[in-house]
Amino acid sequence: MATIIVDNKSYTVDEQQNVLAACLGHGLNVPYFCWHPAMGSVGACRQCAVKQFKDDRDQSGRLVMSCMTPATNGTRISIDDPEAKAFRASVIEWLMVNHPHDCPVCDEGGECHLQDMTVMTRHVYRRYRYQKRTHRNQALGPFIRHEMNRCIQCYRCVRYYRDYAGGRDLNVFGSHDAVYFGREQDGTLENEFSGNLVEVCPTGVFTDKTFFHHYTRKWDLQAAQSICPHCSLGCNTTAGERSGTLRRITNRFNSQVNGYFLCDRGRFGYEYVNSPHRIKRAVVRPDCDRTKPGQPEEVPQAIEIAADRLRRARGVVGLGSPRASLEANVALRSLVDPQHFYQGVDEQERQLLSTILKIFQTGPVPSASIHDAEQSDAVFVLGADLLNEAPRLALALLQSIRQEPMEQVDELKIPRWDEAAVRNAVQNRRGPLFLAGYQRTWFHEYATDTYFAAPDDIARLGFAVAGSIGQGTPSVPDLSPEVKDLTQRIAEALTHAQRPLIIAGTKSGSQATIEAAANVAWALHQQGKQPRLSFVLPECNSAGLALLGGGRLNDAFDAIRQGKADTVIVLENDLYRRAEAANVDAFLETAQTVVVIDSVEHRTTAHADVLLPSATGPESDGTFVNQEGRAQRFYQVFVPDGDVKESWRWLSELGRATSQEGGSESGVAAWRNFDDAVSATATAAPALARIGEVAPSASFRLVGQKVPRQSERYSGRTSLISHLTMHEPPPPVDHDSPLGFTMEGYRGPLPSPLISQFWAPGWNSIQAVNTYQDEVGGPLRDEMPGVRLIEPVATKASGWFTTIPRAFQPTAHQWLLLPLSAVFGSDELSNRSPAIAERIGKPFLSLHPSDGARLTLEDHSTVDLVLQGTTYRLVVHLDPSTPVGTAGLSLVPEVSGVSMPAWVDLLKAIQTEHKRRAA
Amino acid sequence: MMNTWIYARNLVVGLWIVFKRTFTKPVTVQYPEEQPYLPPRWRGRIVLTRDPDGEERCVACYLCSAACPVDCISLQAADNPEAHERRYPEFFRINFSRCIYCGMCEEACPTNAIQLIPDFEQSEYARRNLVYEKEDLLISGTGKYHDYNFYRMAGVRTRDKDKGEGEHELPPVDVKSLMP
Ligand code: SF4
Ligand code: SF4
Ligand code: SF4
Ligand code: SF4
Ligand code: FES
Repeated sequence: MATIIVDNKSYTVDEQQNVLAACLGHGLNVPYFCWHPAMGSVGACRQCAVKQFKDDRDQSGRLVMSCMTPATNGTRISIDDPEAKAFRASVIEWLMVNHPHDCPVCDEGGECHLQDMTVMTRHVYRRYRYQKRTHRNQALGPFIRHEMNRCIQCYRCVRYYRDYAGGRDLNVFGSHDAVYFGREQDGTLENEFSGNLVEVCPTGVFTDKTFFHHYTRKWDLQAAQSICPHCSLGCNTTAGERSGTLRRITNRFNSQVNGYFLCDRGRFGYEYVNSPHRIKRAVVRPDCDRTKPGQPEEVPQAIEIAADRLRRARGVVGLGSPRASLEANVALRSLVDPQHFYQGVDEQERQLLSTILKIFQTGPVPSASIHDAEQSDAVFVLGADLLNEAPRLALALLQSIRQEPMEQVDELKIPRWDEAAVRNAVQNRRGPLFLAGYQRTWFHEYATDTYFAAPDDIARLGFAVAGSIGQGTPSVPDLSPEVKDLTQRIAEALTHAQRPLIIAGTKSGSQATIEAAANVAWALHQQGKQPRLSFVLPECNSAGLALLGGGRLNDAFDAIRQGKADTVIVLENDLYRRAEAANVDAFLETAQTVVVIDSVEHRTTAHADVLLPSATGPESDGTFVNQEGRAQRFYQVFVPDGDVKESWRWLSELGRATSQEGGSESGVAAWRNFDDAVSATATAAPALARIGEVAPSASFRLVGQKVPRQSERYSGRTSLISHLTMHEPPPPVDHDSPLGFTMEGYRGPLPSPLISQFWAPGWNSIQAVNTYQDEVGGPLRDEMPGVRLIEPVATKASGWFTTIPRAFQPTAHQWLLLPLSAVFGSDELSNRSPAIAERIGKPFLSLHPSDGARLTLEDHSTVDLVLQGTTYRLVVHLDPSTPVGTAGLSLVPEVSGVSMPAWVDLLKAIQTEHKRRAA
Repeated sequence: MMNTWIYARNLVVGLWIVFKRTFTKPVTVQYPEEQPYLPPRWRGRIVLTRDPDGEERCVACYLCSAACPVDCISLQAADNPEAHERRYPEFFRINFSRCIYCGMCEEACPTNAIQLIPDFEQSEYARRNLVYEKEDLLISGTGKYHDYNFYRMAGVRTRDKDKGEGEHELPPVDVKSLMP
């Protein structure tokens, strides 16, 4: 800690910081542009100038850039010094010389850092009377709009895109006052994290194109905390709504999880909520006649019909879902009784998840948050394609590879925030990052070493690494010399690190990979390191569902087939993504009654006898548990139209309708509001006991008031619905959370989950986050970053996993078909967003060139592949990173539902034009 | 006693004033047959105007709705790439049963689109008839401000104005040139 003197007042600050960050941390307004808490300072914009004095006798002082000045003890500066003020006023005046007269038509307007800084420096009058330079814009794809005239040359975009996010296709071109930030030519921005440009750019050069299509100003959005439902990482988001449409997703700072950034799937995948395929009405099939289509039905009747069927059922099975909230799953479990509750995931996935839970519950190594991942100084990834399965984690690893070189930076006494100097010192050195997988992406270019092999071989590599690190760990026989070499290098790097991180994926379905990862982490722990372990899980609440437990999907199928039950309740689950179509068909057709609760139409909802429209994440309250075991709350952002209700509420109503007349209500039937759901969840499984601590309960009040979801300047209150009714109905009452659907209520410091949007006087842009932190970049004041449900209790590993698979042997006729995730395409919900849909690639089959030759297939040729009874049209990719003897199948909507991994005789299964003609 | 005198005096003075009025010209106006003069800046009914080229002036910036103290303006921005490449309001609604004719919306409007005009004849029997939609608000002229055309000043491209063709604009930069 150090003391600095600002305008003759002393402040205690962290001496590791720069003066700008230190001042902002104390709520002192210093204007800035190019500095960013996650990206450090380069001193490019000159906006943050302050006067620095040698000591208290120094009267003249000198102008310095506060972002480039360390906050060492005794630093004496003045923000209010007239010369400093005049300097800053000139800087903004120069920056504005060419700035277009665009605010009214600029999507940044109202949340623009440039507007804020212009007001802050009191630049109110334009003196420049000459001509402005102009630029042509580029078409940058479905996510981002480009309006280059508005650029102030702060260089944040290229620093973020290239240096932070590893992108290659955005750059700065040209010279002097005509520099241009864009691509070499028009085209889609390729980086998976391009959406953050919207928030990183302090002006309206890069804006959200999906938001543009239903644009609203920030102050008109009704907003609340949401948790991204598109992968297992659980990034925090702020969802904003107006007039019943979800308008956009922005990043929500959480120091432990996503920090300042999201991935594009999370930011642009929200439009499934507005999809025309949403289920809005309760639907009942008349007279139980499967030949007739369902008809919309009034809610009480639909509930009565469903309840009647449930009462008369000879047994009910309930299928839970890893994309439904914990509360919804608990509600179903309570309605059908725990022994009839089945996890609606395939058996392989269920087993992997229970192994993972066991590893965390019995092992000594804790799971890693994204923040931990950023801090780790050596990383070993086993079989996970992070960029496509858990994108934000890949972005974190791009930062982790700077950790090891940072030690040299520290030795040179370069402050870590001094980005330009750090880059100079680091040059091209990168910390250890080992990627073992079976699909190559651009992310592999940042790896120290890569290893492309079949899942079994990847597991063997993991076991071998564990073997050479730990004592008593099983060793792996018959390793090839190259793999032995690689093993040595990985083991060495991991043992040299202080905070190594081991990551493994579940997509390949390989149990051995998971066990190998645990062995490595445990071996490192045995060696006195502080390793962390992380598993990429299939869906946003996979961990929650696993903690809750439940039967196997096949047992549910059997129960119906054997007539032990005749009624099915499917909760937010498309079974055709879980099992082979024939099995699901048989299951749903045999069942007397199929009740489906879901938000969007899919193949399973088409089979429903009673279909109840459930609320999506932003329309409901709930809890997700992310892959780290962190439980996080999402809040209802708006009241949906139609019959839409939270799944747990439907189930609770079904519970009430089925319970005996006059009998006392118990279990889910007794739930009245979300707090009841939370308390029931806390007792549903021992691991969930702390669910209530995740966020304030519905009874939470500040100064006796609820917290508004709307801004102080929410407009149109008396005219938004005046074309429908002249009466101004009271806003809906929220019994489920401490939030209100109004502009009235408590304004002031809040526990972080209750913040609607980040805003402070003078700080309208997302940079207002600074004003919510005690130390810039650190946790929010009153941060409730979620509750980690699993912490290690063991101090050492009780035993090693010893089932080492045999080396993968390509066979003459069979290929191992492996799933290839796609950041755009593999997630069920985000695929429904038009912008994401535009980015989904054509389905393809990836083969090693030698296999391609064996099958006489050419690169980019089109083939028909017959798989599990369905024919898929695929483009062939010959890719040397695909392990010989395996074939990768891209997981895009067209091929969802193929169970993989599977052995397939490609010689038979592939139909080419040529073969067809011959036949 | 004193009071009685004061009352009597007041009575006489009052009657005298009334009596004097008999000889002055009456000020009663035969409204509505006779219309009073209202200055152009009088704050009455609100209209949406067009720019000198005849295009809708409103760019759906939401500033008027934010400025309105009784929140009686609502609108939705939309774009129409084929016809315009400019922003316009998909709907624009003013609930005049709430409007207090304060003129804040006009003050806030950066394009001179929304204007209050000297017309106050808005009485209705049903409140719902006081809800004006864009069709009711949009006039075909420029209103009080004849020359201003926002898109000539702004840097964005529109159908009839390419980059660099606005007022005080240089032609677009050739990024490939390294000339100083
Ligand atoms: S485009 Fe935005 S981020 Fe990039 S230099 Fe210009 S103003 Fe800065
Ligand atoms: S990384 Fe995952 S959780 Fe985070 S924004 Fe992307 S899809 Fe959502
Ligand atoms: S005149 Fe005043 S009250 Fe009426 S619409 Fe304009 S801002 Fe609102
Ligand atoms: S302020 Fe003017 S330009 Fe903006 S929305 Fe209102 S009328 Fe339209
Ligand atoms: S923020 Fe300090 S120079 Fe840009």
